[in-house]
Amino acid sequence: MIKKIIVKIGGNWIFLILVLFLYLLTLLFNKDLFIKNLLYSKDVIINVIPVLFTVFVLTFLANIWLTNKKIDKLLANRSKTIQYLSAVILGILSSGPIYMWYPLLSELKEKGLKNSLIAIFLYNRAVKIPLIPMIIYYFGLPFLLVTTFFMIIFSLINGYFVAKFTNN
Amino acid sequence: MGFIIFLIFLELKIILAKGALTLVHAIKKNRMKKYNLAFKNTYNNIKNTLPILFGIILFIAFIVNIIPAEFYKNFFTGNSLIDSFLGTLIGSIAVGNPVNSYIIGTELLNQNVALVTVTAFIISWVTVGVIQFPAEALLLGKRFALVRNIVSFISAIIIAILTVLILKLL
Repeated sequence: MIKKIIVKIGGNWIFLILVLFLYLLTLLFNKDLFIKNLLYSKDVIINVIPVLFTVFVLTFLANIWLTNKKIDKLLANRSKTIQYLSAVILGILSSGPIYMWYPLLSELKEKGLKNSLIAIFLYNRAVKIPLIPMIIYYFGLPFLLVTTFFMIIFSLINGYFVAKFTNN
Repeated sequence: MGFIIFLIFLELKIILAKGALTLVHAIKKNRMKKYNLAFKNTYNNIKNTLPILFGIILFIAFIVNIIPAEFYKNFFTGNSLIDSFLGTLIGSIAVGNPVNSYIIGTELLNQNVALVTVTAFIISWVTVGVIQFPAEALLLGKRFALVRNIVSFISAIIIAILTVLILKLL
């Protein structure tokens, strides 16, 4: 019965409905927290709009130019080192919250992008160039260099295990 | 005779021009079809992902406001091994700007929490996403999200231990 309802409404809407229900409860029992949550959400939404717009434009362009065959061709003509290196660099350079990139990655996954490359890209999003001065200020340059080095190395390990356990 | 040849050439030119026009028209039609399909796919993508993204943003706002930064300090035991596991666990559940993790991390160091714990906490804050898990699972697959987060969780502990070891050697 519950499964039928979920299928009918769609899993993506179920999550939003549950969160909205949580907000309704918050409104009933703690109005201040409700307003605080809404204000915080508003700030986040304003900040992510440019990223979201970029992601959707990239999705549109990917839909025009990237077909399954093209992705296969692109990946087939590149060595694994270049593929992994590209995923690392693109992950480091991409901005905005991690979940904003899920729609584009999901589209690319459907077109044949490997799970390992998606995992490497997502892991390297943790290496944040704009925050480098902050990390140096709080923990020092050696800490930054050592953690960044290990994070890049472990992103590749992450990609390997994701590929292995997802049969992709 | 010359006139007949001229007429034949004229006819050929007309045929070629017609052919070219048809070709351009077909290419345009094909392109429009391609753009329409791309637009339709992108629209479907937006339609499917927006509810998830808004749900995640609202949920993160809720978690950030319900769990104050000081809350994280009360968790640690003083045992480095248990604390690095706890640090990773808390970092995985925590959400928000990574700068917050640096500030909390510095405060934890001031309270004599081990560097290995703080490092595990900071790394898992940005690499493991328990709160974002539903969105990741819905859009990239449940198995993918599960494996990626488990491997990232273990990685955070190992990176923290290696970082502290290297820093001691430097």
